Amino acid sequence: MNLVNAILVGLKEIWAHKFRSALTMLGIILGVSSLVAMSAMVQGMEKGLKEALVAIGGLQKIRVEAQPIPTDQRHLRDFATGVTLHDVRALLASAPEVDVVSPQMRLEPAPTLSANGKNYRTFMTAGVWPIEAELMEHTIAHGRLFSEVDNEQGRNVCVIGTTIRDELWGKPEETGEEVIPVGKSLNVNGVPFTIVGMFEHYESEQDHKERLLRIEEAARERALGPNGKSTRRNRGWGGGGRRGNFAFWVKNNTLYMPLNSMWMKLKSGQTNAPSEPRLSEMEIRIKDVDHMDLALTQIRNTLMVNHRGIEDFSFRTQEDWADQIQSSVRNARLSGGLIAGISLFVGGIGIMNIMLASISERIREIGIRKAVGAGGLDIFVQIIVESVTIAIVGGILGLGFSRAVVWLIGEVTPTDNAPIITVGAMLFAFGFSVVVGLVAGLFPAFKAARLNVIQSLRYD
Amino acid sequence: MALLELRNVSKIYHLGGEEIRALDGVSLDIDGGEFISIIGPSGSGKSTLMHILGCLDSPSKGEVRLDGMDISKASTAQLARVRNRTIGFVFQFFNLLPKLNVTQNVELPMIYAGIGGRERRERAHKALELVELSHRTKSRPNQLSGGQQQRVAIARALVNDPKIILADEPTGNLDTHTGELILALFRHLAAQGRTVILVTHNPEIAAVTPRRIEIRNGKVAERVDERLAGLDRPNAVAVH
Repeated sequence: MNLVNAILVGLKEIWAHKFRSALTMLGIILGVSSLVAMSAMVQGMEKGLKEALVAIGGLQKIRVEAQPIPTDQRHLRDFATGVTLHDVRALLASAPEVDVVSPQMRLEPAPTLSANGKNYRTFMTAGVWPIEAELMEHTIAHGRLFSEVDNEQGRNVCVIGTTIRDELWGKPEETGEEVIPVGKSLNVNGVPFTIVGMFEHYESEQDHKERLLRIEEAARERALGPNGKSTRRNRGWGGGGRRGNFAFWVKNNTLYMPLNSMWMKLKSGQTNAPSEPRLSEMEIRIKDVDHMDLALTQIRNTLMVNHRGIEDFSFRTQEDWADQIQSSVRNARLSGGLIAGISLFVGGIGIMNIMLASISERIREIGIRKAVGAGGLDIFVQIIVESVTIAIVGGILGLGFSRAVVWLIGEVTPTDNAPIITVGAMLFAFGFSVVVGLVAGLFPAFKAARLNVIQSLRYD
Repeated sequence: MALLELRNVSKIYHLGGEEIRALDGVSLDIDGGEFISIIGPSGSGKSTLMHILGCLDSPSKGEVRLDGMDISKASTAQLARVRNRTIGFVFQFFNLLPKLNVTQNVELPMIYAGIGGRERRERAHKALELVELSHRTKSRPNQLSGGQQQRVAIARALVNDPKIILADEPTGNLDTHTGELILALFRHLAAQGRTVILVTHNPEIAAVTPRRIEIRNGKVAERVDERLAGLDRPNAVAVH
């Protein structure tokens, strides 16, 4: 008996028991769709985390932060220099694995920014070299970045993130027009600075979509006029939207000014300011991620010499975070996959159950088929084909159903990261369902193939 | 050389430690083209003999040669092949598949012989013409009378052009008149040169065949039943 015939016989058999087959398929449908949905959720989560990782500059970045002097070196504190521009120059000169070094001098506690009659305490105000913008993956959307000359001359210029604009001049999606404050004046702790540029708005793709939606909504509401009823209640402090991913939030809350401006206009005037400008941290980009260990050794050795052996600094790499992303994604994939896999397995047990019931109903038929010349293999193939056909049809329906499941999960528990259904996941789930059908059919098929002809012919 | 040769064939069952000899040293030759009946009361071992002749079962002891091939040691797959090509079965209860229509039932042995769709339909049609049922090809078995069902079963037995037709109580479920027609059909087939073996408990049916073998207690009886003696006339059709 050829395979086409076997498949036709199998399909006929399934069609003859529509309701029973549909119930059996339901197990496979749910298994496949939950497998695809699980993978889509994890995929969405992974994408969100990776976007955040890229937003802060990727794996090649090492941050050197100033630290309090360790306890066993306290008696040497008079010799401690802190992280200074000397370190920057020394690293550029003597650590060959270092590509770019960007010093950063942060104003802490966070200063009050005031403009347009409003005040705002932003998350980060720092004096940096222009290279910092490149290192931190900042993009200027409006105006320009301050230049080396601005830095040399310590000019009162700054570049801001969109949240600062939102807080001082209003959000575009609420006011209806986008204020671009380039050229406007902004006071940092009372010292006037001119805004020369503004970064683009950083957000995950999901947030981007939602923001566009809010802009549309707001426009519709405004179109209704002041008498039109707003569908949204004012929540007092302009929150409402979700804060989104922390990495994006920090970037939007950044104010950069030239390093020299920070030192001369804001820091050196402070009481007990050290004579040498001290940095809060250095951002270092290394040439090759694969040489991370070598680079760390070079940086450490250089700094140790400069700091007279006093370890008043620490490293932070993104690798920890990347590892964390990997492991959390792996965990989610494993647990989700396991649960979905179990449900598919249960679907397989359903198939086996129904195939066993079906062959004990058809013992006489099998006897007749064998009497007219069907070999054990023919019967085996027939049962396997029926079982696999149920799995294939169930698998295809399950793939369609997975979209509904993803939508349902999204409705019930909205997440920051939109689930992504991948072709790979669909192929895997489908392939897995076929394998489940095959395995579930093996035992019933073997049993049917082994049936004794004479006894089956006499069976009623 | 005979078409079927049985030498000292025994079939032994073990039931709870007790040995039951369903067949006990049967030796028997059936030539090609013979029209023969195997007769015996129920429990005599004639069913067991039929299973062995029909390659549905293998003997415990002895040798069975079908067309020169030793089938007593054949594998189940080889037996299935022999059943498919060399033997056509006709059963008491017709044994048609209720889900398939008449043509599909007749095509069944050809499917397992690996014959292509068009040839299958042609040959099925020819076989159905032979049993005068070519007008009911699309009917289901349960829409047919008993006699018609048995004719479909005969058509199914014939499609692979087997050397042997093995009929097990073929008239047992039919009324007298229909049974006569079925027996006439077998006689017709025998006249065409096919080997036809009728297995029955009814001496009157056995009487239609020129040669009769009586099985009693698992052995071939030396003397044929006296009741058969007077019925041994050519062309005599006596049923029940």
